[in-house]
Amino acid sequence: MANRTEIRLTGSGGQGLILAGIILAEAALLDDLNAIQSQSYGPEARGGASKAEVIISDEEIFYPKIQNSDVLLCLTRESYCKYIPDLKDDGILIIDSDVDFDNIETSYKIIQIPVIETATHEVGKSMVANIVALGVIQQATTVVTKESLEQAVLKRVPPGTQELNRLALQEGYKLVSNHT
Amino acid sequence: MAVASKLIENNFRMNRLPHIWCPGCGHGIIMRGIAEAIENLGYDKQKVCIISGIGCSSRAPGYMDFNTLHTTHGRALAFATGVKLANPELKVIVISGDGDATAIGGNHLIHAARRNIDITTIIFNNNIYGMTGGQYSPTTPHGELGTTAPYGNVDNVFDICRLAEGAGATYVARGTVYHAKQLEKNIENALENKGFSVVEGISICPTYYGRKNRKGNAAEMMINLKDTTLDKKVAAKLPPEKTEGKLIIGEFVNKIQPEFCEEYHKVVDKFTKED
Amino acid sequence: MPSKNVKLMQGNEACVEGALAAGMKFFAGYPITPSTEIAEISAQRLPRVGGKFIQMEDEIAGMAATIGGSLAGLKSMTATSGPGFSLKQENIGYAMLTEIPCVIVDVQRGGPSTGLPTAPSQSDVMQAKWGTHGDHPVIALTPSSIRETYDLTIQAFNFAEKYRTPVFLMLDEIIGHMREKIEIPDPSEIEIFDRVTPDESEKESYKAYDNNLEVPKMAAFGEGFRFHVTGLMHDEFGFPKNDTTVTEVLMSRIMGKIENNLDDIILYDEYYTEDMDLLILSYGGTVRSVLSAAREAQRAGKKVGVFKVKTLWPFPEKRITELSKTVNKILVAEMNLGQYFYEVDRVAGKNCEVSLLGKANGEPITPTEVRNKIEEVL
Repeated sequence: MANRTEIRLTGSGGQGLILAGIILAEAALLDDLNAIQSQSYGPEARGGASKAEVIISDEEIFYPKIQNSDVLLCLTRESYCKYIPDLKDDGILIIDSDVDFDNIETSYKIIQIPVIETATHEVGKSMVANIVALGVIQQATTVVTKESLEQAVLKRVPPGTQELNRLALQEGYKLVSNHT
Repeated sequence: MAVASKLIENNFRMNRLPHIWCPGCGHGIIMRGIAEAIENLGYDKQKVCIISGIGCSSRAPGYMDFNTLHTTHGRALAFATGVKLANPELKVIVISGDGDATAIGGNHLIHAARRNIDITTIIFNNNIYGMTGGQYSPTTPHGELGTTAPYGNVDNVFDICRLAEGAGATYVARGTVYHAKQLEKNIENALENKGFSVVEGISICPTYYGRKNRKGNAAEMMINLKDTTLDKKVAAKLPPEKTEGKLIIGEFVNKIQPEFCEEYHKVVDKFTKED
Repeated sequence: MPSKNVKLMQGNEACVEGALAAGMKFFAGYPITPSTEIAEISAQRLPRVGGKFIQMEDEIAGMAATIGGSLAGLKSMTATSGPGFSLKQENIGYAMLTEIPCVIVDVQRGGPSTGLPTAPSQSDVMQAKWGTHGDHPVIALTPSSIRETYDLTIQAFNFAEKYRTPVFLMLDEIIGHMREKIEIPDPSEIEIFDRVTPDESEKESYKAYDNNLEVPKMAAFGEGFRFHVTGLMHDEFGFPKNDTTVTEVLMSRIMGKIENNLDDIILYDEYYTEDMDLLILSYGGTVRSVLSAAREAQRAGKKVGVFKVKTLWPFPEKRITELSKTVNKILVAEMNLGQYFYEVDRVAGKNCEVSLLGKANGEPITPTEVRNKIEEVL
């Protein structure tokens, strides 16, 4: 049976989530897997909520959209409220520490960790929160290998920021190791 | 049978003549002026493209022995832009009418002018839609008659030359079919301008515009052109009361500005010359 | 490690890459969602290969300039979406009658009117066939993956050049905007067709519309052939002729050049069609949901076949007729309220039961919806 993971990266515009989605999909290709990335366009994509979707599978992916996500990353309360209903019962919610989530009985796993704060204080630049988040997703799911993820990150980030982004990934891995 | 002149033999498709225009129509004079200008300038006819839209004027390219393209209504300039950008070596001339160029094709006219793309546009202005039988156009004067203005035209006219100048054309002139030699010179200067050129050629339509508006026969309409126009240079020396109501002819703009295809090629050269 | 030619690519980007591989040197267009990336990437890439890009003042001008570029000898393309496709129709008909090769990409979005600019749709299928007035030949291709977008864009250029006709590439917002794995083929593996041009010796006798040839040779402006092109009915030299015989001969040739080459032009893929209880016919972004549901049905032992249309027009009438005799039911799945369905029903309806799974609310048809429909039909 196919090994298919549907990942939804959500937050607000400007957090680099589309780029993170592209990097994650490219990392999957480096691992010789199939991947599809898509995003919301139009009024929905202007300011406010932002959403990037990635599907990774070891067999051909036909339907390119997410119906129910296995992994949901939420960097804002707004995106949490909007997308939490579509998370699978056995899925993983990765939610920023600054975001309140509803205190209800759930069967999915919750990883609440300081993604944005780590980017701002440990790495030193809030704009690498997306890369910290990728480190978190890798460590929490192993959906792609660390080697491929690092290679994919380094290919996409601006020249001169490689070290910063490498550090962001490491901090992301650490957040999950410390969490569990 | 009359013997065709060398000019006709050299520049026209003899087997396509005679043309379909009505007796007394002024369009043939402008068409001949274009051929004279091309011949005077010694252009290689293999490199000359004449492109038109739809209407009486737009039938001209079919008679002319060059690379000729008779397009859709109003769109000649857009087709011409494609031809010129694809092969800037070509000398591209657009023939259009008042309705074709300023009503349905008005948007293309102003944007071609704005780009200053090296295309010479000759607008055969007969103040009416002739091909469809005499409907009012953007240059039919206020109050005059057309089949779609049976009680007098309530629209206002475009001043084609001022429109072209305002939009950025780098050569603009107006002539008439009465002042044929002067018009021919305007066309020559337009062709020599490296940029977007507009020549408004005031033509006569005795069949529709003339008859509808009691302007007399073709000869009388020609005399009327002589009487109602003033050369720009002459007008400049006259007191305002002597120029009122007269149509000014002559060159209005003749200036050098960066040309679209050349500017685009600077971009292409950045990449291709490195190799 | 995967090969170096493996990339993550967006559909609109794959379209431009395919066009460049096919030899595109000219693009004229106007921005419109969801096709804009095709213009943007063309603007970026064309000058680097010595090609030309121009953003025109409107959609109509974009089509006109594309035709002009082709007539001046360059392989030309434009891209648009619903409202722009409507605006371009008159000049598309012009290119059909004057036999000017070019590629028109329509990244379909929800309509009519401004509709749903960012949502997927397949509701321009009939417009591709009948959008411009008058009888006319039509070739329209539709891809369902990123690699297919690349391949069919090349194919669209090849058909345009081979048959001297505009060719439609019908994308939808799903395919245009998603990013997927693609392995770019080596240029040596790609077959490219260039228009047949007359040689020097034909200068005096050149007929731009020679009726002795199925597809007349095409000279470019400026090469010394000085021919005439008109949107009026014309004789073999391109001059206007208001004549019933001339019109009949011309129309029969331009229709015939497509109709006589259906085996070359009609492309499709079949899945599990050897033995089936139900055949699902679909195309573009929608066929992906169909394939997903069919794979699942097959795994559950259900005999569900899939016919994936790649050439929408001309209609794959022969093969659909054949298949309709081997199956009891055909389901047509498309993101509209039944456009291709009527065509399928016309040829298959007398042999089997044909039903529609149509949707036009801006959402793709999901695999779940296909699965439910399979349950219902079987």
